[in-house]
Amino acid sequence: MNSKPKPGKPLDLVQIQTKLEQSPEKRVWRGLQELAQTPEYRDFAECEFPHDPRADSQGVSRRNALKLMGASAALAGLTACTKMPTEKIVPYAQQQPEDFIPGKPLFYATAMPLAGYATGLLVESHMGRPTKIEGNPSHPASLGSANAITQASVLTLYDPDRAQVVVYNGRIGDWSRFLTFMDTTRAEILATKGAGLRILTGMVTSPSLADQIHTVLAMYPQAKWYQYEPLNRDNVREGAKLAFGEYVNPVYHLDQAEVIVSLDADFLTAGPGAVRYSRDFADKRRVSSPDSKMNRLYVVESTPTVTGAMADHRLPMCARDVYSFALALSNALAGTTVPIQVKAPTDWIPALVRDLTNHRGASLVVAGEQQPPYVHALAHGMNAVLGNVGRTVHYTDPVEANPVNAVESLKALVGEMRAGQVETLLIMGVNPVYNTPADLNFRDNLLKVRTRIHLGLYEDETAVQCNWHIPEAHYLESWGDAQAYDGTTTILQPLIAPLYNGKSAHEILAILAGNAGATSHDIVRAYWQGQKKGQDFEQFWQTSLNDGVVADSALPPKTVKFVSVPATSDLGTTGGGKMEIVFRPDPFVGDGSFSNNGWLQELPKPLTKLTWDNAALISPLSARELGVTNGDVVKINVNDARVAPVEAPIWITPGHADDSMTLHLGYGRRRAGHVGTGLGFNAYLLTTTDGLCIRRATVEKTGKTYELVATQHHHIMGKEGEDREEETVAALQRNLIRAATIDEYSKDPETFHEREEEQGPSLYNWNSYRGNAWGMAIDMNSCIGCGACMVACQSENNIAVVGKEQVRRGREMHWIRVDSYFEGGLENPAVYNQPVPCMHCENAPCEYVCPVGATVHSPEGLNEMVYNRCVGTRYCSNNCPYKVRRFNFELWSDWTTESLKPLRNPDVTVRSRGVMEKCTYCIQRINRVKIAAEKEDREIQDGEIVPACQQTCPAQAIVFGNINDPNSRVAKLKAQTRNYSLLADLNTKPRTTYLGKLRNPNPEIKE
Amino acid sequence: MAQIFHRSTNTISKVTIYGAVFIIAGLGYLIFAVGQSPYYTDVNVARQQPVPFSHKHHVTDDGIDCRYCHTTVEKSPFAGVPTTHICMSCHSKLWLNSSMLEPVRASYASDRSLEWTRVNAVPDFVYFDHSIHVNKGIGCTTCHGPIGEMPLTYRANTLYMRWCIDCHKHPERHVRRREDVFKADYVEPPNQLELGAQLVKEYKIKEPKIITDCYTCHR
Repeated sequence: MNSKPKPGKPLDLVQIQTKLEQSPEKRVWRGLQELAQTPEYRDFAECEFPHDPRADSQGVSRRNALKLMGASAALAGLTACTKMPTEKIVPYAQQQPEDFIPGKPLFYATAMPLAGYATGLLVESHMGRPTKIEGNPSHPASLGSANAITQASVLTLYDPDRAQVVVYNGRIGDWSRFLTFMDTTRAEILATKGAGLRILTGMVTSPSLADQIHTVLAMYPQAKWYQYEPLNRDNVREGAKLAFGEYVNPVYHLDQAEVIVSLDADFLTAGPGAVRYSRDFADKRRVSSPDSKMNRLYVVESTPTVTGAMADHRLPMCARDVYSFALALSNALAGTTVPIQVKAPTDWIPALVRDLTNHRGASLVVAGEQQPPYVHALAHGMNAVLGNVGRTVHYTDPVEANPVNAVESLKALVGEMRAGQVETLLIMGVNPVYNTPADLNFRDNLLKVRTRIHLGLYEDETAVQCNWHIPEAHYLESWGDAQAYDGTTTILQPLIAPLYNGKSAHEILAILAGNAGATSHDIVRAYWQGQKKGQDFEQFWQTSLNDGVVADSALPPKTVKFVSVPATSDLGTTGGGKMEIVFRPDPFVGDGSFSNNGWLQELPKPLTKLTWDNAALISPLSARELGVTNGDVVKINVNDARVAPVEAPIWITPGHADDSMTLHLGYGRRRAGHVGTGLGFNAYLLTTTDGLCIRRATVEKTGKTYELVATQHHHIMGKEGEDREEETVAALQRNLIRAATIDEYSKDPETFHEREEEQGPSLYNWNSYRGNAWGMAIDMNSCIGCGACMVACQSENNIAVVGKEQVRRGREMHWIRVDSYFEGGLENPAVYNQPVPCMHCENAPCEYVCPVGATVHSPEGLNEMVYNRCVGTRYCSNNCPYKVRRFNFELWSDWTTESLKPLRNPDVTVRSRGVMEKCTYCIQRINRVKIAAEKEDREIQDGEIVPACQQTCPAQAIVFGNINDPNSRVAKLKAQTRNYSLLADLNTKPRTTYLGKLRNPNPEIKE
Repeated sequence: MAQIFHRSTNTISKVTIYGAVFIIAGLGYLIFAVGQSPYYTDVNVARQQPVPFSHKHHVTDDGIDCRYCHTTVEKSPFAGVPTTHICMSCHSKLWLNSSMLEPVRASYASDRSLEWTRVNAVPDFVYFDHSIHVNKGIGCTTCHGPIGEMPLTYRANTLYMRWCIDCHKHPERHVRRREDVFKADYVEPPNQLELGAQLVKEYKIKEPKIITDCYTCHR
């Protein structure tokens, strides 16, 4: 790990704590640096792009400066003298495809399989090139939304680092040689009936792929198929088995749940149904008037998560203690009075019991994926007792074609490899050399296999250990099928021919089955033809492709019988040591599959706002005990002879459970590509098959430091020229964050405007808008802070990635950011997430200061940024109180890499160096609809124009529309008394406004 | 000491000093003139094409409608350049032996596109939309000039922003009846301003303030 000298002194956590306790009322703060008023924080608060002594290390002399100035003045005019380059127009030779209109996008339905599970998508395609991923409104796992990872997958498609050639023993091979090789290998395997053949895949939900594997296994009866996913759902499966005696798949209905208890479950972002769950959850919190009702969420968790931030009551608790909490709650619900030691305030369990029993059939208990099976079984038990089964949760058969325990499956394979029983290993779509538990020593055992074949998107850690590496076709390049969290099947159709002649798993298996040359299209189609005999197949096929779902394919509810769960002490917490380690997938890089995706690396992680790295997250108290501060490198030793210690930098996370440490998986890649290689540390190296999710460790300080970059203190909305300390005391006094409980709101609907500063008179009251007046309302009560909008915006608007070093300087380019604010003490602060795009002020401060008129106002109230006029003075950005303008300090858009060109949205300019940019309310979408409406001679309908952020928001927290139309959704939202403007006292009259946050606390629980 | 400069240099220096205004103005004019000249704007310069396609022949002599080839002009921002397939809809029967048409036949047979050189182009930061213009009664020849008289196609107007804005400020000067949009031989009537004003109202062309807004064309 690189170590750099870190400026500044360590955070004084004691002082911070005292400050918080002494503040007269609940103080809203943005982070520890703010509370400690560190020099770095002050830099960011005082200027948007702080002075950076490291930036101008090679100083320019006065003489040189004058020379350069003279030369640039002389040459400035010449830049306008370039002749426009000659362009070619290349129409089709043969008849162009039906419905194909050059210049207009087409949308195709498909689905993205992630760890096997599908999310339905509509992919925008310009002239045969997929450019933007949207959710499919008719797909149950999406309902039109898509999360950050799904949307960023289009960048992976065009990633220039993807595997491009067949590799044979480290040299460039070719496909025909592979086919010849497979011919001989097949003959050998056939002779032994497949005794030495093993197939390793991820979890397979694809019916056609499973069918193919079964055909292959039937052909070679001695062969075996293993499945492994690093982010496996073993705990969910085993929990169901404990509770019901068989593997079943729980499907939640959050739209029916009034009271939800999360046992360390981040159901809003983790797991295959998360996007749908977010929508259902947010729908139950939508408030249209002071009389509206809301659901209530209790979260018990170790790591602060997106779900925890939405909780009405959140209790930080070590992951290993959640079991006893669940057991106590379960016992209390069942009426038994066995005393159980619970690390929770005494009023919690009785209050929860009352609340849950008052909402029989409308409550829900959810257990987290990294919690041991016993917790899941207890949750199932409680749902059964509460009569929730069939209402807020139903069970189906497993979605996987062949549900197995992934770790057991992997262990069996490694055992066979170790014993030399594996002759030929076919690894498809997984990277086990990187992401398997350390005790299996997968790499060394893999080398005992004679023939190793790897199919993968990248030439990754596993690929280089294999004899053959075949480039895999991206899901946007191949045919296939996959099932969603509830079993709904989608037939995947490709948007583009494989860029690098990639092959799909279907095609590789076809070779094994002696059917070389069959395309994935033939295979998938033939499978479904077999399934839909006696029907009009062509119609079925076309309808399924068009809709993106196979009609009525969701798995039917299954009747299950709950068998009582024995108490246990086996909680999956192995090893010794004081500190508990919780392994979680990284929120954006996942299991490491997306390491080379710049959009996801640069996306600030929820709550911590870290970019480009993972870190060891611990609570402020634990940090004090260890004597460490942000960026201090610690050595984590899990006290297991098979596992070497790992060094990781600390990130202090308010709200984290004490004596617990969260490590995000997916970093420390060695062969990810130019973007992802070498970022962060590899937490898989600390996992073992018996300690995959939670374990214990000894943590000690090393004295080294490592620079972590977080955006938490960037773009602070401060007041000029006031005492920083006073001013940052805080957002509440600037009214940036307004919150109330639902009771306070119903008693006093004006509660959100109580402390409003009076607006002074304005000299600029000449604006009046007839016709369309675009505006946006962001409901802070719905926003879960997942970051999907940021990727949607990045993808839609060709926003560049700048890299860790530039993010450190505050130069990230996201047009919409999600600010997190905290309220209350360090142990368990309340969290407020606030997405901030351009406010499109009616009296926009940026416009008055632009010397060249590059930012102007439109008659419909948009604050426009005209790139071709901008000369880069940055005055506008200095004068923007919301800090939403982004400057291209360097040429960040990649203008040269061929494979990235088709990725760009052709309807949006790719910006060059020296130009300011910012949110446009997706002007390209506004214009598209405006032109369509004008051509049809009609008014624009409400909801017809949907900016990218709104379209993808899983919680539908963002609403855009015409505020002059009193019947538009946005006007109705803005008419609510919860509606408020940021920094309204500046008289900027922002068009983007916010709806105050509400919580629904249980009066029986005292915070 | 001998004089370094000859006496005549006095005149030169006088002319240079007093004439500076004219020289600078002259240079300014030169730059402007170059900017307006066909060298820079490509106006009236016929471009080299794979096939010397004549709009004059196809439009005026044969009377083929613009939309027969430019199929998407009413639907899309891009008017569309015909596929070889469209060329072959006639040329599989006509001029079968013409050597001029050899690239067209080759393209169709080999399924390799013809690469046409773009004649009318705006910079990448300009988002022009054909469909809205033809739907609002702006004729092809308003921008593309006397296309029916072009044996080889050239750009008829600079397509500079100033030129665009002129019409966006005064659409009544150019708007014509929708049924006349694709008439290559259309001649503006003497009462154009009167007719124009009436059509601007009828076709609900937005007021200049709105259609000269930056985001109308730039994003």
